[in-house]
Amino acid sequence: MSAVEADSVEDQKGNGNTGQSVAEGEVLVEVRNLSKHFPIHKGILNRTVGQVRAVDGISFDLKRGTTVALVGESGCGKTTTGRLVLRLLEPTSGSVRFEGRDLAEISKAELRQLRQRLQIIFQDPFSSLDPRMSTASIVGEGLDIHGIASGDEKIERVAELLEMVGLSRRDLKKFPHQFSGGQRQRIGIARALATNPDVIVCDEAVSALDVSIQAQVLNLLKDLQAELGLTYLFITHDLNVVRYISDEVIVMYLGEMVERAATEELFTNPQHPYTRALLSAVPVVDPDMAGERPRVMLEGDVPSPSNPPSGCRFHTRCPFAVEACASDVPELIEMSPGHVAASCPAYETEGYLNQ
Amino acid sequence: MGEVVLSVTNLKTKFDTRQGTVEAVSDVSFDIAPGETVALVGESGSGKSVTSLSIMHLLESTGFIADGRILFDGRDITSLGERELRDIRGAEISMIFQDPATCLDPVFTVENQLREVLEIHGVSGEKAKARSLELLQLVGMPDPEKRLRSYQHELSGGQRQRVMIAMALALQPKLVIADEPTTALDVTVQAQILELLKTLKKETGAAILFVTHDLGVVAEIADRVVVMYAGQVVEQGTVRDVINDPQHPYTRALLNSMPGKVAALGERLEAIDGTVPSLFDMPTACRFGPRCKQAWERCHVEAPPLFEVTSIRSSRCWLADPDTVAIRSAAGSAAESADEEKAGAES
Repeated sequence: MSAVEADSVEDQKGNGNTGQSVAEGEVLVEVRNLSKHFPIHKGILNRTVGQVRAVDGISFDLKRGTTVALVGESGCGKTTTGRLVLRLLEPTSGSVRFEGRDLAEISKAELRQLRQRLQIIFQDPFSSLDPRMSTASIVGEGLDIHGIASGDEKIERVAELLEMVGLSRRDLKKFPHQFSGGQRQRIGIARALATNPDVIVCDEAVSALDVSIQAQVLNLLKDLQAELGLTYLFITHDLNVVRYISDEVIVMYLGEMVERAATEELFTNPQHPYTRALLSAVPVVDPDMAGERPRVMLEGDVPSPSNPPSGCRFHTRCPFAVEACASDVPELIEMSPGHVAASCPAYETEGYLNQ
Repeated sequence: MGEVVLSVTNLKTKFDTRQGTVEAVSDVSFDIAPGETVALVGESGSGKSVTSLSIMHLLESTGFIADGRILFDGRDITSLGERELRDIRGAEISMIFQDPATCLDPVFTVENQLREVLEIHGVSGEKAKARSLELLQLVGMPDPEKRLRSYQHELSGGQRQRVMIAMALALQPKLVIADEPTTALDVTVQAQILELLKTLKKETGAAILFVTHDLGVVAEIADRVVVMYAGQVVEQGTVRDVINDPQHPYTRALLNSMPGKVAALGERLEAIDGTVPSLFDMPTACRFGPRCKQAWERCHVEAPPLFEVTSIRSSRCWLADPDTVAIRSAAGSAAESADEEKAGAES
């Protein structure tokens, strides 16, 4: 393995765009300069009058057995990124490679094959399960479609999956309305696991759940990862959940990556003004600290991605913005090994980085 | 306990359903002092929203207050008629809801809607217009003159919630009931709105009943907390006491299942097994008993009353029973043997 690792390190040095970083585990999914612009249609002629730049030039790697979290507020493009990774959406530009193969270049049949290994868990356990299908058919559907198992074998496998997620084989014939929200989310997880996937995109998978149930599901996801070596792309707006579940965090703002670092590094040493504001806005369950801790309070709301601000997209809300921010497009710079942040004049301000 | 603006005593709210009558709120009691922020905390199905809707008499047609008393400013408002209620709603008690997008009327401007509140309660003409502008300035709306002429679709989520708050404060109520007012907002906007509510509370002196599921928000904003589970109050106390030293096993488990607290320490989340009991199938003994890690036999046989731990602190748990406590401390490190505890509790 070491030779391969040495190779890819070389590769990275040679060409930052295609290189792999090899902290641990092989790179399973490689996302490079991924963009998705949705056209805005207007009028009876349905003319395109603009673009919503939902995702604009995102790059990252998913390493086997690890969890990368995409965080940001509404409209930052995190969900779109997740769908692009699964190729549920066609990218406008950029590439997603799964085990080195570009998902855009393979045939439809091959893509279908690959879908077994790329799965998704949705946010809403109520609308993501067909109310007319039994648990056995919901979880077993993927087994049928991919011809993995049928008949008794299928039922046996589904029962096994249900037990794996903490339900029982008695639930096989039940329908979604007979389950609580947390149990439905377990069914959603069993469905995602059915085809033995490598990568699971968890799109706000615990956001709709009560905190005590959320804890059950988060623990389950962690256990399954340890057991099956799963790779998660965890999409959420909840920074507390991120800190608990992920190894690496990518902070997005209006379709762009603002900062990327290992989880504890990001939480203890955030660099970009937006990351700092986001972290300081999270309510802390500590009445002694409330109101005491320094807060970066942002003004206004997130601007519309159909008309993102020029230059640094965050400059309209940034407490540190200077004139140049409205015109200079920031680049990603490596602040320390593995910690990347969008360049910002605030870093030059005396004392900023030591705060 | 000094002055009280709202006093809820033994409130019971029931709903008629096709399967029979269910009790969504059982024996809920709490007080709010003038200028105080009290958080009503609980997960879905805990009865926190039904409690707040009962106070305002805004229950669905199948719901009704079956028992108990609600005193507002010394007046019994438990069974007021619709006309008397109309004088109180908005003017003396007002409400902010979770989703400002569905609460504002899409075909009227912000000014129309603010003036409507004022005009119904007797402020009209130029005065109403001036007051509308003043209110938008009060809630920190950027560019308030222009926003008066805006429709709700032209506003962002945070701005809509500011309009809702302006409407709630229009007639200087003594009590504002805020039902999950920041839940639908992004976290940076939530921080703005919480900050705004804190400032406004200082400026207007209104008491706030803050209904939420988020203990983080509670720690930021509240003076006192009322924790609800399955339609009952399980714990009450100051924010500091309840969060730093929870007395009820449910409160403790809820705090330990929050990822923010344990993530930094690299520990595992303490999930609460099982789910909230259904209203149709409520345990007759302790309602949290079936999910409680500290439960012993007595918990599955007899329902615990709300024990007063101190004059401002209470917990609905046999562990808070003074008799249990005495026996437990006598037994030294206690709590290990369930039999011992049971024997102690019964003697």
